[in-house]
Amino acid sequence: MLPKEYSTISNLSGPLMVVEKISDVRYDELAEIRLANGERRRGKVLEISEERALVQVYEGSTGIDADETKVRFLGDVLTMPVAKSMLGRIFNGRGAPIDGGADIIPEDFLDVNGNPMNPYSRDYPSEFIQTGISTIDGMNPLVRGQKLPIFSGSGMPHNRIAAQIARQSTVISGHAAFAVVFAAMGITFEEASFFMEDFRKTGALEHTVMYINLADDPAIERIATPRLALTCAEYLAFEHDMHVLVILTDLTNYCEALREISAARKEVPGRRGYPGYLYTDLATMYERAGRLKGKAGSITQFPILTMPEDDKTHPIPDLTGYITEGQIILGRSLHRKGIYPPVDVMPSLSRLKDKGIGKDKTREDHADLMNQLFAAYSQGKEAKELAVILGESALSDEDKAFAKFADMFESTYVRQGEYENRTVEETLRLGWELLTVVPVKELKRVRDAYIEKYLQPLLAEKDEKLKKTVKA
Amino acid sequence: MASDKKIQGTISKISGPLVVAKGMLGASMYDVVRVGEAGLVGEIIELRDDTASVQVYEETSGLKPGELVIGTNEPLSVELGPGLIEQFYDGIQRPLESIEAVANSPYITRGISVAAISRTAKWDFNPVMRQGAQVSAGDILGTVRETVLVEHRIMVPPKLKGRLKEIKKGSFTVEETVAVIVDEDDREHKITLLSRWPVRVPRPVAKRLPPELPLSTGQRVVDMFFPIARGGTACVPGPFGSGKTVIQHQLAKWADAEIVVYIGCGERGNEMTDVLLEFPELEDPRSGQPLMKRTVLIANTSNMPVAAREASIYTGITIAEYFRDMGYSVALMADSTSRWAEALREMSGRLEEMPGEEGYPAYLGTRMASFYERAGRTVCLGKDGREGAVSVIGAVSPPGGDLSEPVTQNTLRVCKVFWGLDAQLAYQRHFPAINWLSSYSLYADTLGEYWDNSYDGEWSEMRIQAMSLLEEEDQLKEIVRLVGIDALSKEERVTMETSKSLREDFLHQNSFHEIDTYASMDKQVKMMRNILTFHRLGMQALSRGATLRDLIGMPIREDIARMRYVEESGLAKLDELEGRIKEELSRLSASGGEEDVA
Repeated sequence: MLPKEYSTISNLSGPLMVVEKISDVRYDELAEIRLANGERRRGKVLEISEERALVQVYEGSTGIDADETKVRFLGDVLTMPVAKSMLGRIFNGRGAPIDGGADIIPEDFLDVNGNPMNPYSRDYPSEFIQTGISTIDGMNPLVRGQKLPIFSGSGMPHNRIAAQIARQSTVISGHAAFAVVFAAMGITFEEASFFMEDFRKTGALEHTVMYINLADDPAIERIATPRLALTCAEYLAFEHDMHVLVILTDLTNYCEALREISAARKEVPGRRGYPGYLYTDLATMYERAGRLKGKAGSITQFPILTMPEDDKTHPIPDLTGYITEGQIILGRSLHRKGIYPPVDVMPSLSRLKDKGIGKDKTREDHADLMNQLFAAYSQGKEAKELAVILGESALSDEDKAFAKFADMFESTYVRQGEYENRTVEETLRLGWELLTVVPVKELKRVRDAYIEKYLQPLLAEKDEKLKKTVKA
Repeated sequence: MASDKKIQGTISKISGPLVVAKGMLGASMYDVVRVGEAGLVGEIIELRDDTASVQVYEETSGLKPGELVIGTNEPLSVELGPGLIEQFYDGIQRPLESIEAVANSPYITRGISVAAISRTAKWDFNPVMRQGAQVSAGDILGTVRETVLVEHRIMVPPKLKGRLKEIKKGSFTVEETVAVIVDEDDREHKITLLSRWPVRVPRPVAKRLPPELPLSTGQRVVDMFFPIARGGTACVPGPFGSGKTVIQHQLAKWADAEIVVYIGCGERGNEMTDVLLEFPELEDPRSGQPLMKRTVLIANTSNMPVAAREASIYTGITIAEYFRDMGYSVALMADSTSRWAEALREMSGRLEEMPGEEGYPAYLGTRMASFYERAGRTVCLGKDGREGAVSVIGAVSPPGGDLSEPVTQNTLRVCKVFWGLDAQLAYQRHFPAINWLSSYSLYADTLGEYWDNSYDGEWSEMRIQAMSLLEEEDQLKEIVRLVGIDALSKEERVTMETSKSLREDFLHQNSFHEIDTYASMDKQVKMMRNILTFHRLGMQALSRGATLRDLIGMPIREDIARMRYVEESGLAKLDELEGRIKEELSRLSASGGEEDVA
């Protein structure tokens, strides 16, 4: 029996519509809307009482009229077909193929909202992922199953960094199937085609699934896009044992869409007009990253968001930071200096770093070295600030050494080529080389044994060179 | 009693976690109801005529108007009894391990109903009371060895008084009768190992005491600078990335409480997994046993249903009170109370209540205050007059790190200890990033008296001196920023150096270093003594003509920097270091001017 068709739309406002005189409709149920011109759209029930249902239309309400449009309720929540053959395909923000290929042959249908992972069933992320980028590998190491957003601003090269990470990421230990799921929300055609081209050129497209919602697509569709992508990622990771890297860009557009719905529902707004449940809503996406006990696959998330006015306290980056396991922050001043990637290591943080590094994972000295580099860079920057006010001459010898360190750190450690893939050993060696600039007795964060083992040979080498040049 | 009346209504409206039901006449506020065909657990939070607003603790998708809502006539309660320790619960006390087994999936599906405490496990009950004894509320009837660290004491329930008609010894499940009490009206009450208690009602105590004993945490900045008392309340507000969770974990690991209840309220799933995997491995420094043997975990991660997040705080504190009543010192960590407040806000918004500040309900302050008031040091019910304590440490996540927001402000009004986290310190990787200038502890004076007794009056003096040095440094830094370091006198330079040493060698503590992660009070006092001795004698040497360069360049300062890595078993090394500091500085003092000439 076909579900009942209603033509009782009473109220249209923004992406929302009210359907009257309904019966037997469930909360969160999927609705199919048939317009007068035959076009079909989908929606979901946001609120329901005995008489009426509030329906959010994914494709927006343009063209819907109260008179001829018909609504059917499909008896199920929004599900999507999934299959391994989705790899290499490009879909729109609603999950329909846009690469000219055939529809996929579904292996399963899954609820796009997913269910919360049982914390008891989680496995702790501890495998180091080498991204080939020193500021990430050396200073803010990423592990499989982590969610690490990039906080960027307009005009900064976050897309190039994301593409580089997608291109270069490997796990040092062992081989496993690797996939990228890419969800674009409200980005421009130019940005989207940059990713498509880059993936195509480097052959990454074969193991990539792309969901593209462009800036001129209905904003409301963006609510579904990341969920489709994550459902696909979950399927690949936990049914097909793949290690999936999910790139979500740009979360800011997603939150704006959410605000739009909230405003249309006339809800009490929280900070800056965003709904009070923004935290919970974001968490239902971010928390879908992780690993599960007894499953080989994993989901690692790289959400990208542009901070309005580079303001980290804006609700979107703020709430994201409270949920994700750290953040990579891009610095405007580094970018102006022409340094790529402009990762500002001081406020950046990877919360799971300590689990992924050390003996048998990267190298025993990694943690100490990382802490020392942070401390030295911080001291160097302070010294440089002081020099700006009081002049170079006011600095003590130590401060001068640290200031020099800070400069070298930015120009050799942070800066690297877009196609330069550094191994973690190279990154670590680079770190120790930089530390030869500062007095050994100032290195309080590293154990003596490591200084002996890793720093002394470099110092000796340096001495050797110096002697040679003096002789020459 | 009215409890036989059957209450059955129907759903009239669904909006997220809020369900409105009609025909609920006779139901009471905060009664638990079963919603819909799936029997989802919910709680009544508003009543109007026969219409009840219900917050549902599980995902509501798929419900439809007209489905049944059945009242249980019981407020939301937790089960208390042997088997609590080492458990990992969700917000409404369902063991997550059993959920996994029942759901047969790594995901939490809906409508799962599992017992909080195993009905089949058997426990050895050892009576301590004799048959025929007169007993009253809180008296210990017998004990059960729950884990190596915890002796579970079975008590006479509150409000009950009478004669012990029968008491058994042996192995029982939690539902079997272990004792029978006949009250004054000759009614028989069967006592089982299992009891229930409504979460929103504080458990009664005989008397409340002022918190006067320290809760040692092994964290130097906490114990020495901003100490917390047993039965005290503390809050840790800070922006993201400033290390709130690491501090909470550190306290859960090293605080000298007998029982730890850790609530992950609306936070990350991986963090809870971390605790779950790490605690069975870590050793309690006092007993040498795994930390898990004294811990109860409650997790309602950010992606789990919002309403259960609100309940998780109450579930946790009720379990904490139960162990307190046995005479234990319990520490409760809630990470984070802001997420709890947000859950309140969300429900309030859906109830269409008039919002207060920033959309939070107007009753936010009273709710928070009544939660923190459940902390305290108490004389428990029972003839033996045993003492128990619940200490509460709540993390607060202020949006944008702005402390003027309502949740932080309401917390500060009731908390006695404030550990203010500083993003700037976190960027410099100075952890714990507790700002030593803005933080405070109102227990410092009382606890100072306690520690002065153990350390010959030295403790308070050292604390005050160290804090004033840091305060002075802050002002001197201002001068340096304006006119450069050369503008400082020799003495001021030494102050700067000592403060730096205090910051880097004492306050900074590496949670991930196997030795540095925990420091006993003995070690802390010795470390502090050495730093201050160096300062005092250094100043003296200066006044006798030693140069600043000689003083600052002394190699012994490196030993001071490495004091943190001295093991607890070898603290004599620190005393020996003190001897060397005295010796070398008096030598410098004596040779003072001469070396300069040379």
